[in-house]
Amino acid sequence: MLKIIRNRYEQGCKTSNYPQEPIALYKRFRGLPKINGDCDPATVGQCAAICPQDAILCEERKIDLGKCTFCGRCENVGDGAFVTFSQDFAMGTSSREALLCDGTLPALAEHAKKHFKKLFGRSLQLRQVSAGGCNSCEADTNVLNTPFFDLSRFGIDFVASPRHADGIHVTGPVSKNMKAALIATYEAVPAPKVVIASGACSISGGPFYGSPEIIGDLGSIVPVDLYIPGCPPHPLTTLHALLNFFK
Amino acid sequence: MDNFLQINNGQAIKRSSIPCLPFPRFAELLDAFVKNDGFIVQFFAHVEDGRNKLVAVVRNNQLYVAATEVGETFPSLTASSSSKFHMFEREIAEQYGITPVDHPWLKMVRYHANYRQAADVFGNDYRQDIPGNYQYFQVEGDSVHEVAVGPVHAGIIEPGHFRFQCAGEEVFSLEIQLGYQHRGIERMLTQVPMKRLSIICEGIAGDTSIGHNLCCCQALEALTGLAVDPGAQVVRCIALELERLANHIGDLGALSGDVAFNPPAAYFGRLRGEFLNLLQVLCGNRFGKSLVLPGGISQIMGEEQAKIIEDKLKELEPEISHVCDLLFSAHTVQARFENTGTVSTKMAEDLGLVGYSGRASGLPYDARVAFPTEAYGALHANRNEMVNGDVYSRASVRREEIMHSMHLIKSLVNRAGEVSAKRTMHEISLEPDSFVVTVNEAWRGEVSHCLLTDKGGRIERYKIKDPSFHNWTGLAMALRNQEISDFPLCNKSFNLSYCGFDL
Repeated sequence: MLKIIRNRYEQGCKTSNYPQEPIALYKRFRGLPKINGDCDPATVGQCAAICPQDAILCEERKIDLGKCTFCGRCENVGDGAFVTFSQDFAMGTSSREALLCDGTLPALAEHAKKHFKKLFGRSLQLRQVSAGGCNSCEADTNVLNTPFFDLSRFGIDFVASPRHADGIHVTGPVSKNMKAALIATYEAVPAPKVVIASGACSISGGPFYGSPEIIGDLGSIVPVDLYIPGCPPHPLTTLHALLNFFK
Repeated sequence: MDNFLQINNGQAIKRSSIPCLPFPRFAELLDAFVKNDGFIVQFFAHVEDGRNKLVAVVRNNQLYVAATEVGETFPSLTASSSSKFHMFEREIAEQYGITPVDHPWLKMVRYHANYRQAADVFGNDYRQDIPGNYQYFQVEGDSVHEVAVGPVHAGIIEPGHFRFQCAGEEVFSLEIQLGYQHRGIERMLTQVPMKRLSIICEGIAGDTSIGHNLCCCQALEALTGLAVDPGAQVVRCIALELERLANHIGDLGALSGDVAFNPPAAYFGRLRGEFLNLLQVLCGNRFGKSLVLPGGISQIMGEEQAKIIEDKLKELEPEISHVCDLLFSAHTVQARFENTGTVSTKMAEDLGLVGYSGRASGLPYDARVAFPTEAYGALHANRNEMVNGDVYSRASVRREEIMHSMHLIKSLVNRAGEVSAKRTMHEISLEPDSFVVTVNEAWRGEVSHCLLTDKGGRIERYKIKDPSFHNWTGLAMALRNQEISDFPLCNKSFNLSYCGFDL
């Protein structure tokens, strides 16, 4: 008992005051990229050539955040002449097209569908489906239930059964072997329901794009309402997206 | 082992120098080797000039390699020699359509068509969407009932299917069928441009990003003759240890949650995040993705980063030690951990368990000590005392390794003077007709990558082995005659990778 009290005292209250108070991430964290539209084409080409995800659109001078794994190689190779990554973790979008990014993203709150807020604004229950991938998206989604983020204080919970859920939160590139289980889970959620694509894998196949063993694009199987980019998305990216879309 | 070639970890050799033995001799030597404290690191098939070849990389306190040529079938070594071959032979059958004759439990591993377009060994039709047209092992009897779990589980975890045959609470048999996360990684790695290799390897298992990518980069370095400066080696070790810390601490939290002791579950959950944040300080990603590149690291560890790590460790070490004490001294926890999910030393040896699962059962193998890479050669080893093979032992090993890793990082950070220059990814050309195997002790245990290049210096075969490939069978055996309600506890104490297995 004394040990419990001592540890309780030592640990104190660790829950963050986000979103009332902003959180600053360490400068090396790579969030929303800043893009220099006036960069010379040679440097842009160099960045595109080194990008392992082929996420850079040279002509339009944009980055596809749905493909990007935020590895930072484009920033390294051009010494930031074309791309530098900011520490802005707010990157959720309501459309796939909006992820083709010139350095800005549409404000999520404006695009949030009103009936979603009305329906799920006070209580949102999600069923998570891990459909392939590498498990880091799942790990950083789990983290939302730790004392620091404490997701349940917002009325958002991950639940065990799709029958108890208002929607699904999907991670992974949807391996062929998971397609049927994913669709069955989606169908088991009562309508109206939402679908969240979390992480580069579920949006575009991520590092595994082009593999014949994956579907590579969740949107081609079920209609997606919310996209959360990242590899994996930082827990704050997910938290920001959920709060702004549904609250 | 006269006929086997002794090799070094991460050293490229010519393919022609690998001895190719006639199968009977190959089988005889392997049989003697594994029965005499020998373990299998890699055992896989590939096609060379239209002929099927099997390559075995084995270890005792040295690494050895040998190959043999087979036709469409070969006599199963699982049947004639040891269970250590069991998963490897199933994998060979699935990947290349070569049948190990008399294999006692020949069953698909990841549910995909084979690479040779040969007839499927399991008679599966891969145009179907889902794995599952498979007869699970049955236990017969009046009171026997079956529990099926997955692939979509109750929590936020990866997909896999578990089939329990029970009488009441007691589990007679647990069958684990994975493959739901199969992404075709091994084949992809032979077909994609070089710049994608690291990113894909980091995605083999996200919680082992550093471990797997390190194996990949060391192999590429060996095949190009790239040298890594000592500063970068130090940073790589720190990253690997941070990965170990984050995962061990997270698992101790999960174990406390599973026995409904919630305070340490919450504290460990938060503490785990602190270590992920330290990886983010090193490289910008909480899982260490994008840090390791062929030839070095992508970001330098300057004095600023070193100080953040050092200060954080100073702050966290007493906290972790207190929370560990809270967990391990609670009688309710001890009652649930002790004698639960026991894997005997003999069983662990027979199955060839690696990592903390092996060490908790009395197999001391640690690749950091046996085949040191990077800066490990000069570092202290950890020796664990608790070797009963139960949940308590596996948890204790983790606790000791947490303390040991923090000690290692502290001694490495002091060498921050040797900061390394950052490196960018660039095209490299690989030595043709070569073979290399790399072994590292990632947090779960021995991770190994094996590359074969062709005449043009392209990667012809890329073979990956996650420690989970050995250890999933250990979990299935740990459940025998246990109560099914102890499954979550046993499962967490192993915490194996689904994606690292599924590839």
